[in-house]
Amino acid sequence: MNITLNGKDKSLHKAMSVTDLLTGLELTPETVVVEINTTILQPDSYQSTILAEGDQVEIIRFVGGG
Amino acid sequence: MLTIAGTEFSSRLFLGTGKFSSSSVMAEAIAASGCQMVTVALRRIDLDNPEDDIMKALGQRPYTFLPNTSGARNAEEAIRLAHIARAASGSPWLKLEVTPDPRTLLPDPVETLIATEKLAKDGFIVLPYINADPILALKLQDVGAAAVMPLGSPIGTNQGVLSDSMVEIIIEQARVPVVVDAGIGAPSHAAYAMEMGADAVLVNTAISIAGDPVAMAAAFAKAVEAGRTAYVAGMGQRSKQASASSPEKGTLSSDLGFLT
Amino acid sequence: MFQAPDFNTLIKQINSSTDTDVEKALRTSRLSLDDLAALISPAAEPFLQQMATRSSEITLARFGKTTQLYAPIYLSNYCTNRCAYCGFSADNRIKRKCLTIDEAEKEAMILHERGFQHILLVSGEAENAVDVEYMEAISLRLRDKFAAVSIEIQPMSTEHYHRLFLAGITAVAVYQETYDRDMYKQVHLSGKKRDYDYRLETPARVAKAGMREVGIGALLGLSDWRAEGLSIAYHLQWLRKKFWSTAFTVSFPRMRPATGEFDPLEIVTESNLSQLIFALRLFDQDVGLIVSTREEARYRDGMLGLGPTRYSAGSCTAPGGYGNSDSEAEQFSVGDHRTFTEVSEMIKQKGFDPICKDWDCGFQIDKSTDPAL
Repeated sequence: MNITLNGKDKSLHKAMSVTDLLTGLELTPETVVVEINTTILQPDSYQSTILAEGDQVEIIRFVGGG
Repeated sequence: MLTIAGTEFSSRLFLGTGKFSSSSVMAEAIAASGCQMVTVALRRIDLDNPEDDIMKALGQRPYTFLPNTSGARNAEEAIRLAHIARAASGSPWLKLEVTPDPRTLLPDPVETLIATEKLAKDGFIVLPYINADPILALKLQDVGAAAVMPLGSPIGTNQGVLSDSMVEIIIEQARVPVVVDAGIGAPSHAAYAMEMGADAVLVNTAISIAGDPVAMAAAFAKAVEAGRTAYVAGMGQRSKQASASSPEKGTLSSDLGFLT
Repeated sequence: MFQAPDFNTLIKQINSSTDTDVEKALRTSRLSLDDLAALISPAAEPFLQQMATRSSEITLARFGKTTQLYAPIYLSNYCTNRCAYCGFSADNRIKRKCLTIDEAEKEAMILHERGFQHILLVSGEAENAVDVEYMEAISLRLRDKFAAVSIEIQPMSTEHYHRLFLAGITAVAVYQETYDRDMYKQVHLSGKKRDYDYRLETPARVAKAGMREVGIGALLGLSDWRAEGLSIAYHLQWLRKKFWSTAFTVSFPRMRPATGEFDPLEIVTESNLSQLIFALRLFDQDVGLIVSTREEARYRDGMLGLGPTRYSAGSCTAPGGYGNSDSEAEQFSVGDHRTFTEVSEMIKQKGFDPICKDWDCGFQIDKSTDPAL
């Protein structure tokens, strides 16, 4: 299955939830915001949201800025 | 005490967190500045090279985080970023930046006005970054901006408050606080903005790229305080002519001899 | 809504001003309300000449060598209020008259022939004589003949002001008479005008309705003129912040003998009036300052260019008085009896340009900010 993650193609070899994805990337869920197909995901639905073919996933966090 | 949208700030210096050499220098500089409001930006995580989480570096300090919408080129993009920012910070504070020209990064007044109105209606505390345009500032406050952030000069140029005559008008007319943002390259620039009556200044580059950012942050803190104190004390007016301190004789044009 | 500061507190503040406060205020380019308090205090009296010089410089820079001219038309002297100081008071046994629409137009055309482009329609406060329909009808008749038509009638609702704006009215003057709440109750004996707060909120309703200009002011001679001046400045500052696209004027009618035989409670000298005008000019560089024909020719000539921006001329304060001279039913008697031409000539001789036309009400487009309208 293929998704677009932060603008790059990524293939997933099994069905996974957003929590699984974040764990695989070694990201702490509290420090990021996840957007799927331009809709912001509530943190309490990370576990129950299963990624689907062609999903546009954005993982965003705060960085330094003026 | 500066109050924006009901929140009080004893420090009138806001700091940007970009371009620091390291997170630890940034954290130290912010601490040295005594500021209570820091701006942050939102970016996709570079998954090949994830940076440190900035929130972790700033720790549990009592700052108000002011996420910006930097990178947005129109109202729609800014509104999308605003919602992501609110999800990430859990707070409605927002520095609205809409900059369609990547070269100058000057703010787009039309898109900024559109986005401010929508976001304010949606419960955001919107602080729009604008060119020093007094009418725009008034229109923004009318549609719900919590403060306005006119630029002193183009971002990153360190030229100081070149827009002073317009900033002065904004300060005189606005009901909402005025935060001078962008172009402040030296503590004297910050002091000058504060002497004019600005409610606060936002500084980033001048501190982050200084030889000693921590010392520079402290210098800015003093400058902002000095400028504010001078403003409250009441500045004398600037004049091109020398004026005698003893009473002037009535000139022909203002002779009051007609009074009974 | 605007809350007028306590009058007695203002008096105390003003009277505690020192020479140092005055000197500081004169050195400042952006004056605070505290600076203004100093400039209208007794401590500023020795500085009158300096204040005049600065006021004149500012006025010249902002308004140029011009003076606007207008004339009032008294539509009606019917009034349902009893106000101790006013010739139109419901108590007064005077000949009452309310012009018909045709008569009002006739009066206006007399002024038009004399050269006026800006008229002020004035009436007593009696809704059964002068109401929104009546004003609307007159305005529609006059809008194409005059550049500006202002009104000074009873306070109205925002909706009614908006109707009049659409009919071509450009400006509304509504004076608080006195900002001193206690004195207000004492001199406004009965009628709708007794409601201090409703009157105080009227300028905001006018601005909300989209009018280009709002006139505020106080009748000098009822209470402490210094505190009246400071109250006006508070009101003006509040209005400016809230309605930034509205122009504001301030008027300083100084009490003169009226049919009601009411003697001013406080004496306000020409020197006092001048101090107030100069101080307000220093405080607000852009506000229009009006001096009417209540003041004598000598005073008005002398003040030209020193702060005031608008004079009335050739005024008659009785309804129908231009076509039919009858001074019995005047609101107040006039101090400057010169004609429009004579006043214009004086202005020209002093090197100023008499301005009759500053705007064309035909250009007015509905852009009121209140979505309810």
